[in-house]
Amino acid sequence: MTVAREHGSRIEKCFASLSAQGRKALIPYITAGDPLPDITVDYMHALVEAGADIIELGVPFSDPMADGPVIQKACERALKHGVRLTDLLDMVADFRRKDTQTPVVLMGYLNPIERLGFEEFARRAGEVGVDGVLVVDMPPEETDELGPLLSQYQLAPIFLVAPTTSPERAATICAHASGYLYYVSLKGVTGAASPNADDVAEHLAPLRHLTNLPLCVGFGIRDGASAAEVARVADGVIVGSALVSRIAENEHTPRQAIAELKALLSEMRQALDA
Amino acid sequence: MSKFSDLTRLPDARGHFGPYGGRFVSETLSFALEDLSRTYDRLRQDPTFQAEFDYDLAHYVGRPSPLYHARRWSQQLGGAQIWLKREDLNHTGAHKVNNTIGQALLARHSGKPRVIAETGAGQHGVATATVAARLGLKCDVYMGEADTQRQKLNVYRMRLLGANVIPVTSGTRTLKDAMNEALRDWVTNVDDTFYIIGTVAGPHPYPQLVRDFNAVVGREARRQSLEHFGQLPDALIACVGGGSNAMGLFYPFVEDDEVAMYGVEAGGDGVETGRHAAPLASGAPRGVLHGNRTYLMSDEGGQVSDTHSISAGLDYPGVGPEHALWKDVGRVNYVAANDDEVLDAFRELTRVEGIMPALESAHALAHARKLAPTMSSEQNIVVNLSGRGDKDILTVAGIDGIEL
Repeated sequence: MTVAREHGSRIEKCFASLSAQGRKALIPYITAGDPLPDITVDYMHALVEAGADIIELGVPFSDPMADGPVIQKACERALKHGVRLTDLLDMVADFRRKDTQTPVVLMGYLNPIERLGFEEFARRAGEVGVDGVLVVDMPPEETDELGPLLSQYQLAPIFLVAPTTSPERAATICAHASGYLYYVSLKGVTGAASPNADDVAEHLAPLRHLTNLPLCVGFGIRDGASAAEVARVADGVIVGSALVSRIAENEHTPRQAIAELKALLSEMRQALDA
Repeated sequence: MSKFSDLTRLPDARGHFGPYGGRFVSETLSFALEDLSRTYDRLRQDPTFQAEFDYDLAHYVGRPSPLYHARRWSQQLGGAQIWLKREDLNHTGAHKVNNTIGQALLARHSGKPRVIAETGAGQHGVATATVAARLGLKCDVYMGEADTQRQKLNVYRMRLLGANVIPVTSGTRTLKDAMNEALRDWVTNVDDTFYIIGTVAGPHPYPQLVRDFNAVVGREARRQSLEHFGQLPDALIACVGGGSNAMGLFYPFVEDDEVAMYGVEAGGDGVETGRHAAPLASGAPRGVLHGNRTYLMSDEGGQVSDTHSISAGLDYPGVGPEHALWKDVGRVNYVAANDDEVLDAFRELTRVEGIMPALESAHALAHARKLAPTMSSEQNIVVNLSGRGDKDILTVAGIDGIEL
C-alpha cells in the first residue's frame, strides 16, 4: 500500500487556494521527452517558475488521433528517443524531488497504459506522485478496469467535456470525474483556432449545475489575450500547442526553449491575474 | 444446438464483443456515435430501409455474386473442390461496395452533405467515391502516401469519380495513419460529415454495421452451396486485414459447427521475421486503437508497430474486435500467408482459371492451396475472392522488374 494521501489532494488544495485569492488556474501541457528525455524535468520546473499551477504531462503515442500536427510531431520527436511510460514516471519522481506541491496530471492515450498493465501503472503513478490521469480515448463508459485502480491509488480521473456532449453524457462524466473537468472549447483537434468566451460560457453554465468541480478550458489558447478571454468564464485555462510550438522551434537547442516557454507562460499569468 | 449460438447475439448494448470492441474515442465524437447507433438501430428494423439496401445491391452492385466452381484449379491441387465467391465481379470490383451502399443510405438518412473515408488499397475509397458520386455527396478520402504510390490506379479512379484524395504523410504513411487523419477530420467537421469506415473495426457501432452490410456475402454463399453441392461447405477461407470480407462470409455460418473457418492474415516476409501484418496469427497482445479494443501489434511501450505486407489493404496492425473474440473462443483458425506464397497463388489462379485476384484475396487463395490437398475430393471449400486484381498489376509488374 502506498503512503496514505487524500484523494487528489494536491489538485484540490491548488484550486482551493486559487479560489481564495480570486485567481484562475494556469495549466500548461508539454509532451514528455520532447525534444529530449533529459530536459523534460527542467521544462516542468521552468513552467512552475513562470506561474504554472498544474502541469499536464503528455505521454507520447504513435497514433495521437485527437491531436493536431503540433502535438503529433512532439510525440514523434519523443518517440525517436524511445521514451516510454515508465520513463515518464521516472521523470515525475525526479520532478517531485524539488517540487512537492505542484499537481501533475498525465495526459495521453490508453494503449501505452494497457500495455504496461493497469494495476502496475496506477500503483507506480501513485508512488511517484502523479495526481491525475486524463486518457483521451477512454470515455467514462470504458473505465471499468482502470477507473477503480485510479481511485485505489488516489489518482484523479480527469475527463473531457466537448461542445457536442449531451446533458445526459455530461451527467455521466461528472459522476466519474474528480480533480477538474477539461472542457474542449472547439470541435477539432488540439492546436485549432481560438475559442470564443461567450460560446464557452454558454456550454459551461449547465455544467455548473451538475458539478462543483473546477471547469478548465483548453484547445486553441495561444497567448495572454486568449487566456484572459477564456478565464473570464472558466476556473482555469490549459495551454498546449502554443508551448509545444516553442519547443519545436528550438528542437536542436532545447535549453533555449526554456526562456521562451517562461516568457509565454508569464505573459499568460499576468493576463490572468490582471 | 450450436456451441457458438451466443456469438450471434453480439455486440452487447455498449458495443462489446466479450472483452473486445467498445467505444474508445475522444469526447467530441461520442455524440456522433450515439446518434449513429440510434439511427442504425431504428433503420435495421425498418423494412423500407432493408428494401432500399437490397434493391441497390441487386441493381447497382449486381448481386448475387456467383459461387464459381474452380474445377481446373481443384483438380490440379488434388483434393477438395474449391468454390470462389466472386465478390470481384461486384460493381467497383470488390466486396467493399456492399458496406458503402449501406453506409451511404445511413448518411442520406442523417442528412449530412459530406462523407469521408480512409483507404488502404483504395478499394474502399473507390467504393465510397462511387456511392458519393451517385448521391451527390462531397467526398474526401484519406490515403497513406505510401499507398497512393503503390495504388496509383485507384487514386486516379477516385479523382475521376469526383472525390478529393488526401495523401497522409504522418506516421508510417499507410492505412492506420489514413484512419487517424480521417478521425481528426471527423472530430473537426462532425456536424456536416458522415464517416464511412471501411472495415469491421473502429468504435461501436461500426464493427456491427459493417458486418451486417457485408453479411449478404455469407447468406448468398450458404444458399448457393446448398444449390450447387447440396450441403454446407466443409471450410470457408477469407483474408483478414481489418476483416470485413471475412466477417461478411463467416457470420451467417457462425452457428454451423461443422463448417471450419480460416482467416488468413498478411504474413509479409514471414511472421517469424517481425515484418508482417498478422496480429492474430502472431499472438500480438491486446490493445486499443481507433476506437476499439482488440489484438494489436505494438511494442513493449505500447507504441503501435510498423507493419509490412505486399497488399496495401491488409497492411494494418489491428483487426476487427469480433475476430479477436472468435480467435479466443476457437471459432475461426487464424493463419498467415507470406508475400511469396501470395504471389504464387495470384499467378496460379490467373493462369489456371483466367481470374486475376486482388493481392489481398490471394492470401485466402494461398491458404486454399495448402488446405485443399489435405482434404478429399468429396469435400468443398468456399474461398472469398473479395476483389479483383487489376489494381495490383503495377505492383506485380514491378516485382517482375517491368515498368509499364
